[in-house]
Amino acid sequence: MTAGSANPSRPGLAGPGGLARAASRVLHAHPRLRLVGLLAAPMLWLVVAYLGALLALFLTAFWTVNDFTGSVVHLWNLDNFTTLLGRSVYRTVAARSLGVASLVTLLDAAVALPMAFYMAKVASPRAQKWLVVAILTPLWASYLVKAYAWRVMLSSDGVIDWALGPLGLRGPGYGLPATVITLAYLWLPYMVLPIFAGLERIPQSMLEASSDLGAGAGHTFRAVVAPLLLPAIVAGSIFTFSLSLGDYITVKIVGGATQLFANVIYDNLLTANDLPFAAAAGLFPVSVMIAYLAVVRRTGALENL
Amino acid sequence: MRDHTSGYAAHPSPTQGEARRGGSGSPGADPGAGIAIRLRNLHKSFGHIEAVRGVDLEVGDGEFFSMLGPSGSGKTTVLRLIAGFEAPTSGTIELGGRDVTRVAPFDRDVNTVFQDYALFPHMSVEQNVAYGLAVKKVPSHERTARTREALAAVRLEGFGSRRPSQLSGGQRQRVALARALVNRPRVLLLDEPLGALDLKLRQQMQVELKNLQREVGITFVFVTHDQEEALTMSDRIAVFHEGRIEQVAPAAEVYQHPASEFVATFVGTANLLRGSSARTVLGTDGTWSIRPEHLRMTDPATTVDPREHHADGVISDIVYAGPVSRYVVALDLGPNLIVTTQNATLAPADTSAERGRRVRVVWRPEHALRVG
Repeated sequence: MTAGSANPSRPGLAGPGGLARAASRVLHAHPRLRLVGLLAAPMLWLVVAYLGALLALFLTAFWTVNDFTGSVVHLWNLDNFTTLLGRSVYRTVAARSLGVASLVTLLDAAVALPMAFYMAKVASPRAQKWLVVAILTPLWASYLVKAYAWRVMLSSDGVIDWALGPLGLRGPGYGLPATVITLAYLWLPYMVLPIFAGLERIPQSMLEASSDLGAGAGHTFRAVVAPLLLPAIVAGSIFTFSLSLGDYITVKIVGGATQLFANVIYDNLLTANDLPFAAAAGLFPVSVMIAYLAVVRRTGALENL
Repeated sequence: MRDHTSGYAAHPSPTQGEARRGGSGSPGADPGAGIAIRLRNLHKSFGHIEAVRGVDLEVGDGEFFSMLGPSGSGKTTVLRLIAGFEAPTSGTIELGGRDVTRVAPFDRDVNTVFQDYALFPHMSVEQNVAYGLAVKKVPSHERTARTREALAAVRLEGFGSRRPSQLSGGQRQRVALARALVNRPRVLLLDEPLGALDLKLRQQMQVELKNLQREVGITFVFVTHDQEEALTMSDRIAVFHEGRIEQVAPAAEVYQHPASEFVATFVGTANLLRGSSARTVLGTDGTWSIRPEHLRMTDPATTVDPREHHADGVISDIVYAGPVSRYVVALDLGPNLIVTTQNATLAPADTSAERGRRVRVVWRPEHALRVG
């Protein structure tokens, strides 16, 4: 085809190419159509599968279960919420869950900070690549395998008791501390990676400038690194906090008799067959996370995810 | 020659005039002179790469001293060694007579202006400038006064509450300068601070920096790869090449009497004649340098003053560069010479007629400098 044979006044329709190219031309001419084509599938997924499920959960929370038949009664009431708020056992479990999630987050931040600092600022570029791989690798292993690995290590003839034995100490055994340790181990990569990325964004010269102006390591950390890194730490905490708040498996594996709030949901759903009460309980971690996100939004952490 | 002797009456610095006049390349000739920096046999290796290979240097109090060299010549590494960001592999660093070779940067009486300015983005301009004073626990009323004074010195009054991100490149540069100067260090280190600015702003900042240095009387050590910048601003220049210093001398001397072939070609443009070229054109051995502006073209028929040297050739190329034009003359004897001429009158728009014209290139023998 020579250039002269095409109709010069209608290059868009008379140009070369097949059907795909023609479709591209139509899309090129209609930006709105492009947007619809791009977002139709993900929007459908978000609205129907995700928000729809949350809405169903929210509605279900206002229904009850017929104690005799076990079927859901579609009768609007606040019974589930009065029970949840009224009984001290639920308040205790909720407080315990918040405490565990907070402790796990603090523990992860304390471990991840020096780790990420070494990765971002000290290690050679080659070592840095391998360290990122090493941080990511545990995420490939099954959650259950890792939790059971900790169960084995924490058992009374496990490696922790064996290692501490000569010092006259014993491991924590199964229970709340074991749950915190195991959860902190499981979610650590989610804290290390945002902090590592945050540190990568702080140029070396900024640390040097602080030192040049007379500040020691501690002052530089407080005045320069911590404020610049806060959004990254908060971003990591969103993961560690919400993942801990929703966990009910780890606590079953290493927690002994300990109950967390997610267990309340799980037991009501599968053992007591009380779907509406489980839904009402499920709104607690959801609302905690919404409140948490609303607070941390101001720190700019959401731009660091 | 520029006048350096006025303008720093508030902080008289005895070495400055001496350093400018002295041809020895050392500010230590005057017994009353203070030595701000003394480097002895400084070496620095990064793995297998030797960045600095034996640098000896003395910089006097109140000097505007430039470290000039191409990238990778070791000048920035030497600056970082003085600041304390790197530890030397061997050798010693003295600041004001005190050995600081193993002293941490925060315990050295130097401050640095970084190439990327390294301003703290989460602090206001004022907080940035006051950082060093806050670290040293200077009382808050004094801190405020000195911060204001420093911002005034760099003409940024009224910008104190802004964030660095709200400033232009030139303004950020000045904040970085104020942040360093407010601490009144013995030495101010500047790591290619004008590199990120456009040409006009750069030239303006060169003048401002020079004036500021005269006002405060603090020793400035200025790293640059721009030979013109170094010549314009410095009292003395150290020319770096492959981790060593090739020459330390006052700016004019570096240009007029380059100590080596590298200095001659790196600082300004030079016509280098060596080997057979030197023998045929100059009638002597060795490596010689003639600056293009020291050459002059005449008609081949003109008789030349017997005290001058000359060689005939053909104009092979002409480059118009605004105030000057550069002519490439292919000598009959072989080598090419670059000759610059001032465009004092309006040059004809069409220079193609000039190409191929026979000319006689004339120079005075003292302008041919032996550089090797």
